[in-house]
Amino acid sequence: MHGRKVICMKIRIRFKKHGPVRFIGHLDTMRFIQKLIRRAGIPAAYSEGFSPHQKLSFAQALGVGVESEGEYFDLELNDDLCEELSSGSIIERLNACSVEGIEIKDCVKLPDKAKNAMASVFAADYHVRIRKGHELSFDLKKAVDDFNNAKSAKVVKKTKKTSRDLELKDLVYELKTKEDALFMRLNASSANSVKPGLIMEYLCEKNGCGFDPLSLMITRLDIYDTEMKPLSASGIHF
Amino acid sequence: MRKLALSDEILLSVTHPERYIGNELNSVTKDRDSVRLRFAMCFPDVYEIGMSHLGIQILYSMFNDREDVWCERVYSPWTDLEMIMREKDIPLFALESQDPVKCFDFLGITIQYEMCYSNILQILDLSGIPIWSKDRKEDDPIVIGGGPCTYNSEPIADFFDIIYLGEGETDYDRLFDVYIDNKNNGGTRLSFLEKAAQIPGLYVPSFYEPVYNEDDTFKEMKILNDNAKSVITKNVCLDFDKAPYALKPVIPFIKITQDRVVLEVQRGCIRGCRFCQAGMIYRPVREKSLDVLKMHARAMIESTGHEEISLSSLSTSDYSRISELVKWLVEEYRTKYINISLPSLRIDNFFLDMMERVSDSKKGSLTFAPEAGSQRMRDVINKGITTEDIMSGSGLAFKAGWTKVKLYFMLGLPGETDEDVTAIPDLANDIAMNYFDTVPKEERKGKRVDVNTSTSFFIPKPFTPFQWAAMDTKEEFLRKAHLVKETMEKELNHKSLRYQYHESDLSELEGVFARGDRRLSKVIYDAYMSGCRFDSWSESFKYDIWCEAFEKNGIDRDFYTVRERGADEAFPWDFINVGVTKEFLRREYENSKKGIVTPNCREKCSGCGAMMFGTGVCTAERSSV
Ligand code: SF4
Repeated sequence: MHGRKVICMKIRIRFKKHGPVRFIGHLDTMRFIQKLIRRAGIPAAYSEGFSPHQKLSFAQALGVGVESEGEYFDLELNDDLCEELSSGSIIERLNACSVEGIEIKDCVKLPDKAKNAMASVFAADYHVRIRKGHELSFDLKKAVDDFNNAKSAKVVKKTKKTSRDLELKDLVYELKTKEDALFMRLNASSANSVKPGLIMEYLCEKNGCGFDPLSLMITRLDIYDTEMKPLSASGIHF
Repeated sequence: MRKLALSDEILLSVTHPERYIGNELNSVTKDRDSVRLRFAMCFPDVYEIGMSHLGIQILYSMFNDREDVWCERVYSPWTDLEMIMREKDIPLFALESQDPVKCFDFLGITIQYEMCYSNILQILDLSGIPIWSKDRKEDDPIVIGGGPCTYNSEPIADFFDIIYLGEGETDYDRLFDVYIDNKNNGGTRLSFLEKAAQIPGLYVPSFYEPVYNEDDTFKEMKILNDNAKSVITKNVCLDFDKAPYALKPVIPFIKITQDRVVLEVQRGCIRGCRFCQAGMIYRPVREKSLDVLKMHARAMIESTGHEEISLSSLSTSDYSRISELVKWLVEEYRTKYINISLPSLRIDNFFLDMMERVSDSKKGSLTFAPEAGSQRMRDVINKGITTEDIMSGSGLAFKAGWTKVKLYFMLGLPGETDEDVTAIPDLANDIAMNYFDTVPKEERKGKRVDVNTSTSFFIPKPFTPFQWAAMDTKEEFLRKAHLVKETMEKELNHKSLRYQYHESDLSELEGVFARGDRRLSKVIYDAYMSGCRFDSWSESFKYDIWCEAFEKNGIDRDFYTVRERGADEAFPWDFINVGVTKEFLRREYENSKKGIVTPNCREKCSGCGAMMFGTGVCTAERSSV
């Protein structure tokens, strides 16, 4: 065993997070996944050093309260131990040890040179509904049309320390209504990401309404790379 | 998908919504209509604290093993949610089904510390269950209490329908059967309680009435119902290897302190420290066999996915096969990326070798709990650890590279003099000195030694040899803490020493309730009504309101705390039999005054009374070492 270099195989997993577990924060979701991998007996590769940890990386944090059809993490496997494994068996083993609401949907093998999930993220799709009791006092369809026809849509994005001007027209790739709901494709890259709440806030303000973050029910549909391919398309089933 | 009791708007506006949604790994969901008994198991503190408790996990898994029972969990809502629940009239609910607690058959509350008493009232109140048991109606849940504080449950007895004495693993089945039977036969609440009162270990407070002497001391328990026992003997697991265990513990999403597999290696303690209630009420010590522990370890690692495993008991280093167990853990798990957190064992070469194998150069703290600074005082409390033990142990560890030491002491032990108090910083100083003596300067690599001392205030507890003893006043506690502090500042190695002590207001109240009686229930009620809850959280502890509640009810706290009890005084908890006899405890108290040490159970049986259970160390053969 010793002295032999272990070549690691890298897999990418897509999972769904829905129902009550939407209130579980990102760090806790990560811890859940770490333990899930152990329970399922997936032969994760571990880092060297005194307190070894799984070579695991998540694409992007999901806000508390948000559901998702397309969350991703990458995991390196210890090749020595994964001859028997296939995309299907990994999905099955993980799902058998998971809880209601966290469902593994896909598993692909990544090419050796693939960028990790986090570095690959470029855009994300969202489905946004208005919660009962928080009905909008303006015509959403018209507001969306106005946004799409406008040349510019500037907002100020505030964080705890900084505030910066953003041109939403550069960061919103698609915005349309779908019955009572909204579909959004937004920039999700680490440098320029925008969240559905910011778009809604803009629309509300433009139409002379206050914005209440609690009024939205958000589902992330999928995450895309710079070629606008879903992250799961970077690999192949095995 | 389960429907949650709280709306999204509420969950997104309170701290830690994960506390209230359930759905954790290994939590149990059943079909409401297919079970015959629904049990809400409550730990009356916030979720993270309650979820770290092993006992609840054991009972939860044991109850749910019964097909006809569905046991769910309930914790105290934090004050932000409580406000919303009151405003919107949302009743307290159980995590699994999210159904209101009020529609359950049982509400079981584990009572681990005195300062959760106001939280118990919050649970009842928010559930919409009348706070006083006498006000409950036929369809209210049966409120049953268990846990260490039940050995003197008198201050809260009026809030409970039943108190379960002893280890829960033994007799719940019978209680459930009786309940289901009574329900099927159209029996009433009273007829059920009468049947329950006949089950060993079960105490139905409403069937008893305490009588007091003119000087306010307790006289006797008057029995009001023919079904009530005059003496109630605690339940004990006789075959500890066969006792149920939580092999599939519920794993919270939130990170809690107990984020690891916990193996309970034994119950009880052979030591007999005279201040320690757990050491007396869990007698006799019963061990689990190695094979059972290995089986538990494997099953739990598999069912949890935890990356750490630890051992638990009152005094793990006394487990007779500790070195074999530790060796096995190290061999089994070191290559599987599972950390082993070693208990504080006696420090010898074996311990150092094992530490070497489970951890690398970054060394944690060494922990010693001498409890008292002077040898004289350690003899008084029967703490079998000597200055030599501490010096040789720390010396070995210093040589092996340790530089941090934690020391735990109590202040206010019976008969303590100022010399005993200043012996605490002196001992800390000697340990620091020991570092400089054993580790030559060139090997210190510029590292200093850190000796951290903490003291807590001693609170006499029922069923201990010190149950007769006077507790120090608050002022005396603080004077002693300051004396430790000042003395420490003058020690030669003061730069290596640090000191921490607790507030004394809380200790005073704990002292009142620990040896309290039923007259205190009104005080607890009034304090709760005036806003007291989460008393063990310093940010929400309201000492002034507690004081007002005492005054309002004309109750003098000193009567319960600073008064030395007479040798013949009857206690409100005398009708409870924990095996250990009052005669033994009195003998131990007399011995303590003379500084006479009592050997541990493995060296010699001292005839404490726990032999009546005929199990564990009492019946084991003693090797003649
Ligand atoms: S009866 Fe003897 S051996 Fe048993 S617990 Fe008491 S002192 Fe220990």
